[in-house]
Amino acid sequence: MPNVIDARGRSCPEPVIMTKNAMESNPSEPIQVLVDAHVAVENIKRFAKGKGYKVEVEENAGEYTLNIRK
Amino acid sequence: MNDKRKMFIYGGIIGLIGALLLKFGNPGNMGICVACFYRDIAGALGLHRAEIVQYIRPEIIGFILGAFIISIANGDFKSRGGSSPLIRFFLGFFLVIGALVFLGCPLRMILRLANGDLNALIGLLGYLVGIFIGIQFLKRGYTLGRNIEQPKFSGYIMPIVAIVLLIFLIVKPDFIFFSEEGPGSMRAPILLSLILGMIVGGILQKSRICTAGAFRDIMLIKDYHFFWGILGIFVVNLIANLILNFDTFNLGFENQPVAHPVHIWNFMGMVLTGICSVLLGGCPVRQTILASEGDADAGITVLGITIGAAFAHNFGLASSPKGVTNNGKVAVIIGIIVVLVIAYSVVKEANLKNKQKKEGVRNA
Repeated sequence: MPNVIDARGRSCPEPVIMTKNAMESNPSEPIQVLVDAHVAVENIKRFAKGKGYKVEVEENAGEYTLNIRK
Repeated sequence: MNDKRKMFIYGGIIGLIGALLLKFGNPGNMGICVACFYRDIAGALGLHRAEIVQYIRPEIIGFILGAFIISIANGDFKSRGGSSPLIRFFLGFFLVIGALVFLGCPLRMILRLANGDLNALIGLLGYLVGIFIGIQFLKRGYTLGRNIEQPKFSGYIMPIVAIVLLIFLIVKPDFIFFSEEGPGSMRAPILLSLILGMIVGGILQKSRICTAGAFRDIMLIKDYHFFWGILGIFVVNLIANLILNFDTFNLGFENQPVAHPVHIWNFMGMVLTGICSVLLGGCPVRQTILASEGDADAGITVLGITIGAAFAHNFGLASSPKGVTNNGKVAVIIGIIVVLVIAYSVVKEANLKNKQKKEGVRNA
Protein backbone atom coordinates (compact mmCIF):
# COMPACT_ATOMS: atom_id res chain seq x y z
CA MET A 1 0.00 0.00 0.00
CA PRO A 2 1.50 3.35 -0.98
CA ASN A 3 1.64 6.23 1.47
CA VAL A 4 -1.15 8.56 0.25
CA ILE A 5 -0.63 12.29 0.62
CA ASP A 6 -3.52 14.61 -0.05
CA ALA A 7 -2.01 17.95 -1.10
CA ARG A 8 -5.09 19.20 -2.95
CA GLY A 9 -5.72 22.90 -2.48
CA ARG A 10 -2.33 23.48 -0.84
CA SER A 11 -0.42 26.48 -2.05
CA CYS A 12 3.15 26.37 -3.25
CA PRO A 13 5.52 24.95 -1.91
CA GLU A 14 3.50 22.87 0.56
CA PRO A 15 2.86 19.90 -1.80
CA VAL A 16 6.62 19.55 -2.37
CA ILE A 17 7.38 19.76 1.36
CA MET A 18 4.72 17.13 2.12
CA THR A 19 6.26 14.85 -0.52
CA LYS A 20 9.75 15.52 0.85
CA ASN A 21 8.67 14.67 4.40
CA ALA A 22 7.11 11.41 3.21
CA MET A 23 10.30 10.46 1.35
CA GLU A 24 12.44 11.23 4.37
CA SER A 25 10.29 9.24 6.78
CA ASN A 26 10.47 6.14 4.56
CA PRO A 27 12.68 6.46 1.46
CA SER A 28 11.77 3.11 -0.15
CA GLU A 29 7.99 3.22 0.34
CA PRO A 30 5.95 4.15 -2.77
CA ILE A 31 4.15 7.47 -2.39
CA GLN A 32 0.91 8.58 -3.96
CA VAL A 33 0.37 12.37 -4.00
CA LEU A 34 -2.97 13.95 -4.87
CA VAL A 35 -2.88 17.53 -6.17
CA ASP A 36 -5.24 19.77 -8.13
CA ALA A 37 -2.94 22.27 -9.81
CA HIS A 38 -0.64 21.71 -12.73
CA VAL A 39 2.10 23.79 -11.14
CA ALA A 40 2.17 21.39 -8.18
CA VAL A 41 2.54 18.44 -10.58
CA GLU A 42 5.53 20.12 -12.25
CA ASN A 43 7.19 21.01 -8.95
CA ILE A 44 6.75 17.57 -7.38
CA LYS A 45 7.86 15.81 -10.57
CA ARG A 46 11.01 17.90 -10.80
CA PHE A 47 11.76 17.38 -7.11
CA ALA A 48 11.15 13.62 -7.10
CA LYS A 49 13.12 13.00 -10.31
CA GLY A 50 15.99 15.03 -8.84
CA LYS A 51 15.95 12.63 -5.88
CA GLY A 52 16.13 9.62 -8.20
CA TYR A 53 12.48 8.57 -8.00
CA LYS A 54 10.26 7.52 -10.90
CA VAL A 55 7.05 9.51 -11.31
CA GLU A 56 3.84 8.57 -13.13
CA VAL A 57 1.01 11.09 -13.41
CA GLU A 58 -2.68 10.29 -13.88
CA GLU A 59 -5.15 13.06 -14.59
CA ASN A 60 -8.82 12.89 -13.74
CA ALA A 61 -11.11 15.92 -14.12
CA GLY A 62 -8.57 18.55 -13.10
CA GLU A 63 -7.11 16.45 -10.30
CA TYR A 64 -3.82 14.63 -10.54
CA THR A 65 -2.44 11.52 -8.90
CA LEU A 66 1.33 11.21 -8.83
CA ASN A 67 2.69 7.72 -8.24
CA ILE A 68 6.23 8.06 -6.96
CA ARG A 69 8.58 5.12 -6.41
CA LYS A 70 12.29 4.38 -6.34
CA MET B 1 15.35 22.59 -24.99
CA ASN B 2 17.34 22.23 -21.81
CA ASP B 3 15.22 23.23 -18.82
CA LYS B 4 17.78 25.64 -17.36
CA ARG B 5 18.32 27.35 -20.69
CA LYS B 6 14.57 27.75 -21.14
CA MET B 7 14.22 29.42 -17.73
CA PHE B 8 17.22 31.65 -18.46
CA ILE B 9 15.64 32.78 -21.73
CA TYR B 10 12.25 33.43 -20.09
CA GLY B 11 13.98 35.50 -17.42
CA GLY B 12 16.12 37.16 -20.06
CA ILE B 13 13.08 38.43 -21.96
CA ILE B 14 11.80 39.99 -18.73
CA GLY B 15 15.22 41.57 -18.13
CA LEU B 16 15.23 42.95 -21.67
CA ILE B 17 11.73 44.38 -21.26
CA GLY B 18 12.82 45.98 -17.97
CA ALA B 19 15.63 47.78 -19.79
CA LEU B 20 13.31 48.81 -22.66
CA LEU B 21 10.70 50.29 -20.32
CA LEU B 22 13.46 52.25 -18.59
CA LYS B 23 14.77 53.46 -21.94
CA PHE B 24 11.31 54.57 -23.05
CA GLY B 25 10.52 56.66 -20.00
CA ASN B 26 9.89 54.75 -16.77
CA PRO B 27 11.60 56.15 -13.63
CA GLY B 28 15.25 55.40 -12.85
CA ASN B 29 16.01 51.69 -12.40
CA MET B 30 12.26 51.15 -12.39
CA GLY B 31 11.58 49.52 -15.73
CA ILE B 32 9.41 47.18 -13.68
CA CYS B 33 8.56 47.47 -9.99
CA VAL B 34 5.46 45.72 -8.78
CA ALA B 35 5.36 47.41 -5.35
CA CYS B 36 5.97 50.87 -6.83
CA PHE B 37 3.41 50.32 -9.56
CA TYR B 38 0.67 49.27 -7.13
CA ARG B 39 1.64 52.30 -5.04
CA ASP B 40 1.26 54.52 -8.13
CA ILE B 41 -2.12 52.96 -8.90
CA ALA B 42 -3.25 53.48 -5.28
CA GLY B 43 -2.25 57.13 -5.70
CA ALA B 44 -4.03 57.49 -9.04
CA LEU B 45 -7.20 56.19 -7.40
CA GLY B 46 -6.80 58.79 -4.65
CA LEU B 47 -6.12 56.23 -1.91
CA HIS B 48 -3.06 58.28 -1.01
CA ARG B 49 -2.22 61.87 -1.92
CA ALA B 50 1.54 61.73 -2.44
CA GLU B 51 1.42 63.82 -5.60
CA ILE B 52 4.67 62.57 -7.13
CA VAL B 53 3.66 58.90 -7.21
CA GLN B 54 0.23 58.74 -8.85
CA TYR B 55 -0.32 56.94 -12.15
CA ILE B 56 -2.24 53.94 -13.44
CA ARG B 57 0.70 51.84 -14.59
CA PRO B 58 -0.25 50.00 -17.78
CA GLU B 59 2.38 47.36 -17.01
CA ILE B 60 0.25 46.01 -14.13
CA ILE B 61 -2.80 45.88 -16.40
CA GLY B 62 -0.63 44.02 -18.91
CA PHE B 63 0.67 41.54 -16.32
CA ILE B 64 -2.89 40.67 -15.33
CA LEU B 65 -4.31 40.39 -18.85
CA GLY B 66 -1.25 38.55 -20.22
CA ALA B 67 -1.28 36.00 -17.40
CA PHE B 68 -5.08 35.63 -17.64
CA ILE B 69 -4.99 34.91 -21.39
CA ILE B 70 -2.12 32.42 -21.17
CA SER B 71 -3.68 30.65 -18.17
CA ILE B 72 -6.93 30.23 -20.10
CA ALA B 73 -5.00 28.93 -23.11
CA ASN B 74 -2.94 26.37 -21.19
CA GLY B 75 -5.69 25.26 -18.81
CA ASP B 76 -4.16 26.65 -15.60
CA PHE B 77 -7.05 29.05 -15.03
CA LYS B 78 -9.13 27.85 -12.11
CA SER B 79 -11.32 29.86 -9.79
CA ARG B 80 -10.14 28.97 -6.28
CA GLY B 81 -9.79 30.60 -2.87
CA GLY B 82 -10.58 30.43 0.82
CA SER B 83 -7.12 29.81 2.26
CA SER B 84 -6.80 32.27 5.18
CA PRO B 85 -7.74 35.37 3.17
CA LEU B 86 -7.40 37.91 5.99
CA ILE B 87 -3.96 36.64 7.01
CA ARG B 88 -2.90 36.90 3.37
CA PHE B 89 -4.25 40.46 3.18
CA PHE B 90 -2.06 41.55 6.09
CA LEU B 91 0.98 39.64 4.85
CA GLY B 92 0.58 41.57 1.58
CA PHE B 93 0.08 44.78 3.55
CA PHE B 94 3.34 44.39 5.50
CA LEU B 95 5.20 42.97 2.50
CA VAL B 96 4.75 46.23 0.63
CA ILE B 97 5.68 48.37 3.63
CA GLY B 98 9.01 46.54 3.77
CA ALA B 99 9.39 47.00 0.02
CA LEU B 100 8.61 50.74 0.16
CA VAL B 101 11.10 51.30 2.99
CA PHE B 102 13.70 49.63 0.75
CA LEU B 103 12.15 51.32 -2.32
CA GLY B 104 11.28 48.48 -4.61
CA CYS B 105 9.83 45.01 -4.86
CA PRO B 106 12.23 42.05 -5.15
CA LEU B 107 12.02 42.26 -8.95
CA ARG B 108 13.07 45.91 -8.93
CA MET B 109 15.81 44.95 -6.50
CA ILE B 110 17.28 42.72 -9.22
CA LEU B 111 16.85 45.46 -11.84
CA ARG B 112 18.47 48.02 -9.51
CA LEU B 113 21.40 45.69 -9.02
CA ALA B 114 21.69 45.23 -12.79
CA ASN B 115 22.02 48.99 -13.14
CA GLY B 116 24.87 49.21 -10.67
CA ASP B 117 22.90 50.19 -7.54
CA LEU B 118 24.79 48.35 -4.80
CA ASN B 119 22.17 49.31 -2.19
CA ALA B 120 20.15 46.55 -3.84
CA LEU B 121 22.86 44.10 -2.79
CA ILE B 122 22.17 45.02 0.84
CA GLY B 123 18.45 44.60 0.07
CA LEU B 124 19.16 41.19 -1.46
CA LEU B 125 20.99 40.09 1.69
CA GLY B 126 17.98 41.15 3.73
CA TYR B 127 15.63 39.34 1.33
CA LEU B 128 17.67 36.14 1.66
CA VAL B 129 17.61 36.39 5.46
CA GLY B 130 13.84 36.96 5.33
CA ILE B 131 13.38 33.93 3.08
CA PHE B 132 15.54 31.84 5.41
CA ILE B 133 13.40 32.88 8.39
CA GLY B 134 10.20 32.08 6.46
CA ILE B 135 11.54 28.63 5.54
CA GLN B 136 12.03 27.75 9.22
CA PHE B 137 8.26 28.06 9.62
CA LEU B 138 7.58 26.03 6.44
CA LYS B 139 9.80 23.24 7.76
CA ARG B 140 7.84 23.20 11.01
CA GLY B 141 4.49 22.74 9.31
CA TYR B 142 3.38 26.29 8.43
CA THR B 143 0.27 26.24 6.24
CA LEU B 144 -2.49 28.69 5.44
CA GLY B 145 -4.83 25.79 4.73
CA ARG B 146 -6.42 24.42 1.61
CA ASN B 147 -8.11 26.51 -1.02
CA ILE B 148 -11.35 25.29 -2.53
CA GLU B 149 -13.14 25.88 -5.78
CA GLN B 150 -14.95 29.24 -5.99
CA PRO B 151 -17.72 30.45 -8.31
CA LYS B 152 -16.24 30.99 -11.76
CA PHE B 153 -16.99 34.71 -11.65
CA SER B 154 -14.57 35.13 -8.74
CA GLY B 155 -11.74 34.26 -11.11
CA TYR B 156 -12.81 36.90 -13.62
CA ILE B 157 -12.72 39.76 -11.12
CA MET B 158 -9.00 40.57 -11.49
CA PRO B 159 -9.11 40.76 -15.31
CA ILE B 160 -12.25 42.91 -15.04
CA VAL B 161 -10.48 45.22 -12.57
CA ALA B 162 -7.61 45.43 -15.08
CA ILE B 163 -10.01 46.46 -17.85
CA VAL B 164 -11.63 49.09 -15.61
CA LEU B 165 -8.18 50.47 -14.76
CA LEU B 166 -7.38 50.56 -18.48
CA ILE B 167 -10.55 52.57 -19.11
CA PHE B 168 -9.61 55.00 -16.30
CA LEU B 169 -6.14 55.29 -17.80
CA ILE B 170 -7.44 56.17 -21.24
CA VAL B 171 -10.47 58.29 -20.28
CA LYS B 172 -8.84 59.83 -17.21
CA PRO B 173 -11.98 60.90 -15.34
CA ASP B 174 -11.73 63.85 -12.87
CA PHE B 175 -11.41 61.58 -9.85
CA ILE B 176 -8.21 59.97 -11.16
CA PHE B 177 -4.87 61.60 -10.26
CA PHE B 178 -1.78 61.55 -12.47
CA SER B 179 1.53 63.00 -11.24
CA GLU B 180 2.86 66.03 -13.05
CA GLU B 181 6.33 65.70 -11.57
CA GLY B 182 8.43 63.06 -9.85
CA PRO B 183 8.54 59.32 -10.52
CA GLY B 184 4.77 59.15 -11.22
CA SER B 185 5.23 61.50 -14.16
CA MET B 186 7.93 59.36 -15.74
CA ARG B 187 6.22 56.88 -18.01
CA ALA B 188 6.92 54.78 -21.06
CA PRO B 189 4.19 55.22 -23.71
CA ILE B 190 0.90 53.59 -22.70
CA LEU B 191 0.61 51.13 -25.58
CA LEU B 192 4.24 50.03 -25.29
CA SER B 193 3.92 49.54 -21.51
CA LEU B 194 0.69 47.61 -21.96
CA ILE B 195 2.02 45.27 -24.65
CA LEU B 196 5.36 44.66 -22.93
CA GLY B 197 3.48 44.16 -19.65
CA MET B 198 1.29 41.53 -21.32
CA ILE B 199 4.36 39.70 -22.61
CA VAL B 200 5.89 39.75 -19.11
CA GLY B 201 2.59 38.52 -17.61
CA GLY B 202 2.37 35.70 -20.14
CA ILE B 203 5.97 34.61 -19.60
CA LEU B 204 5.66 34.74 -15.82
CA GLN B 205 2.48 32.67 -15.97
CA LYS B 206 4.05 30.06 -18.22
CA SER B 207 7.42 29.88 -16.47
CA ARG B 208 6.07 30.40 -12.92
CA ILE B 209 9.15 32.49 -12.14
CA CYS B 210 9.08 33.87 -8.61
CA THR B 211 11.90 35.74 -6.92
CA ALA B 212 11.08 34.27 -3.51
CA GLY B 213 10.50 30.77 -4.89
CA ALA B 214 13.90 30.84 -6.62
CA PHE B 215 15.90 31.42 -3.44
CA ARG B 216 13.52 29.40 -1.25
CA ASP B 217 13.88 26.30 -3.42
CA ILE B 218 17.68 26.55 -3.33
CA MET B 219 17.66 26.69 0.47
CA LEU B 220 14.83 24.23 1.02
CA ILE B 221 15.28 21.53 -1.63
CA LYS B 222 18.52 22.54 -3.41
CA ASP B 223 16.61 23.11 -6.65
CA TYR B 224 18.05 25.80 -8.96
CA HIS B 225 15.24 25.66 -11.57
CA PHE B 226 13.71 29.09 -10.86
CA PHE B 227 17.06 30.63 -10.01
CA TRP B 228 18.01 30.27 -13.68
CA GLY B 229 15.09 32.56 -14.49
CA ILE B 230 16.27 35.15 -11.95
CA LEU B 231 19.79 34.89 -13.35
CA GLY B 232 18.35 35.48 -16.83
CA ILE B 233 16.57 38.64 -15.64
CA PHE B 234 19.77 39.95 -14.04
CA VAL B 235 22.27 39.11 -16.78
CA VAL B 236 20.18 40.26 -19.75
CA ASN B 237 19.01 43.40 -17.92
CA LEU B 238 22.65 44.23 -17.11
CA ILE B 239 23.77 43.77 -20.73
CA ALA B 240 20.72 45.63 -22.12
CA ASN B 241 21.28 48.51 -19.69
CA LEU B 242 24.91 48.82 -20.76
CA ILE B 243 23.73 49.08 -24.38
CA LEU B 244 20.44 50.99 -24.06
CA ASN B 245 20.83 52.95 -20.81
CA PHE B 246 24.57 53.45 -20.57
CA ASP B 247 24.25 57.06 -19.37
CA THR B 248 22.24 56.06 -16.32
CA PHE B 249 24.39 53.05 -15.40
CA ASN B 250 26.08 53.97 -12.13
CA LEU B 251 28.04 51.50 -10.03
CA GLY B 252 28.01 52.40 -6.35
CA PHE B 253 25.86 53.28 -3.34
CA GLU B 254 25.40 57.04 -3.72
CA ASN B 255 23.15 59.06 -6.04
CA GLN B 256 21.08 56.11 -7.20
CA PRO B 257 17.66 56.94 -8.68
CA VAL B 258 14.61 56.41 -6.43
CA ALA B 259 16.81 54.80 -3.77
CA HIS B 260 18.59 55.67 -0.51
CA PRO B 261 21.90 54.44 0.92
CA VAL B 262 20.72 53.70 4.49
CA HIS B 263 22.03 50.14 4.68
CA ILE B 264 20.35 48.92 7.84
CA TRP B 265 16.87 49.87 6.61
CA ASN B 266 17.46 48.61 3.09
CA PHE B 267 18.32 45.34 4.81
CA MET B 268 15.48 45.31 7.36
CA GLY B 269 12.85 46.36 4.83
CA MET B 270 13.70 43.41 2.62
CA VAL B 271 13.86 41.03 5.59
CA LEU B 272 10.20 41.87 6.15
CA THR B 273 9.40 41.48 2.44
CA GLY B 274 11.27 38.15 2.33
CA ILE B 275 9.44 36.66 5.31
CA CYS B 276 6.06 37.75 3.91
CA SER B 277 6.85 36.41 0.43
CA VAL B 278 7.67 32.94 1.77
CA LEU B 279 4.65 32.90 4.10
CA LEU B 280 2.45 33.87 1.13
CA GLY B 281 4.02 31.28 -1.18
CA GLY B 282 5.33 33.88 -3.64
CA CYS B 283 6.72 37.36 -4.21
CA PRO B 284 4.52 40.32 -5.30
CA VAL B 285 4.85 39.65 -9.01
CA ARG B 286 4.00 35.95 -8.52
CA GLN B 287 0.96 36.96 -6.43
CA THR B 288 -0.15 39.19 -9.31
CA ILE B 289 0.13 36.32 -11.78
CA LEU B 290 -1.70 33.86 -9.50
CA ALA B 291 -4.45 36.42 -8.92
CA SER B 292 -4.85 36.67 -12.70
CA GLU B 293 -5.31 32.91 -13.15
CA GLY B 294 -8.25 32.65 -10.76
CA ASP B 295 -6.56 32.49 -7.34
CA ALA B 296 -8.73 34.66 -5.09
CA ASP B 297 -6.27 34.31 -2.20
CA ALA B 298 -3.58 35.92 -4.33
CA GLY B 299 -6.20 38.51 -5.33
CA ILE B 300 -6.72 39.40 -1.66
CA THR B 301 -2.94 39.60 -1.28
CA VAL B 302 -2.78 42.07 -4.19
CA LEU B 303 -5.45 44.17 -2.46
CA GLY B 304 -3.39 44.02 0.74
CA ILE B 305 -0.36 45.20 -1.22
CA THR B 306 -2.32 48.09 -2.78
CA ILE B 307 -3.86 49.21 0.51
CA GLY B 308 -0.53 48.76 2.31
CA ALA B 309 1.12 50.96 -0.32
CA ALA B 310 -1.53 53.64 0.25
CA PHE B 311 -0.95 53.50 4.03
CA ALA B 312 2.81 53.62 3.45
CA HIS B 313 2.34 57.12 2.03
CA ASN B 314 -0.57 58.28 4.19
CA PHE B 315 1.35 57.41 7.36
CA GLY B 316 4.72 58.60 6.08
CA LEU B 317 6.28 55.12 6.14
CA ALA B 318 7.72 55.01 2.61
CA SER B 319 11.32 56.05 2.13
CA SER B 320 12.50 58.57 -0.44
CA PRO B 321 15.91 59.42 -1.91
CA LYS B 322 16.31 61.69 1.16
CA GLY B 323 16.30 58.61 3.36
CA VAL B 324 14.16 56.56 5.71
CA THR B 325 11.47 58.06 7.95
CA ASN B 326 11.16 57.30 11.66
CA ASN B 327 7.62 56.09 11.04
CA GLY B 328 8.98 53.74 8.38
CA LYS B 329 11.52 52.25 10.80
CA VAL B 330 8.82 51.68 13.43
CA ALA B 331 6.50 50.15 10.82
CA VAL B 332 9.16 47.67 9.66
CA ILE B 333 9.83 46.54 13.24
CA ILE B 334 6.10 46.23 13.96
CA GLY B 335 5.66 44.42 10.64
CA ILE B 336 8.36 41.87 11.41
CA ILE B 337 6.87 41.22 14.87
CA VAL B 338 3.32 40.88 13.48
CA VAL B 339 4.25 38.45 10.70
CA LEU B 340 6.39 36.35 13.05
CA VAL B 341 3.50 36.15 15.51
CA ILE B 342 1.17 35.10 12.66
CA ALA B 343 3.62 32.44 11.45
CA TYR B 344 4.32 31.15 14.97
CA SER B 345 0.65 30.82 15.87
CA VAL B 346 -0.14 29.10 12.55
CA VAL B 347 2.68 26.59 13.07
CA LYS B 348 1.66 25.94 16.66
CA GLU B 349 -1.92 25.25 15.68
CA ALA B 350 -0.93 23.04 12.74
CA ASN B 351 1.31 20.93 14.97
CA LEU B 352 -1.37 20.62 17.62
CA LYS B 353 -3.84 19.36 14.99
CA ASN B 354 -1.28 16.87 13.66
CA LYS B 355 -0.64 15.56 17.15
CA GLN B 356 -4.35 15.16 17.82
CA LYS B 357 -4.76 13.36 14.50
CA LYS B 358 -1.95 10.93 15.31
CA GLU B 359 -3.35 10.27 18.77
CA GLY B 360 -6.79 9.77 17.24
CA VAL B 361 -5.35 7.12 14.92
CA ARG B 362 -3.59 5.42 17.81
CA ASN B 363 -6.72 5.34 19.96
CA ALA B 364 -8.95 4.11 17.15
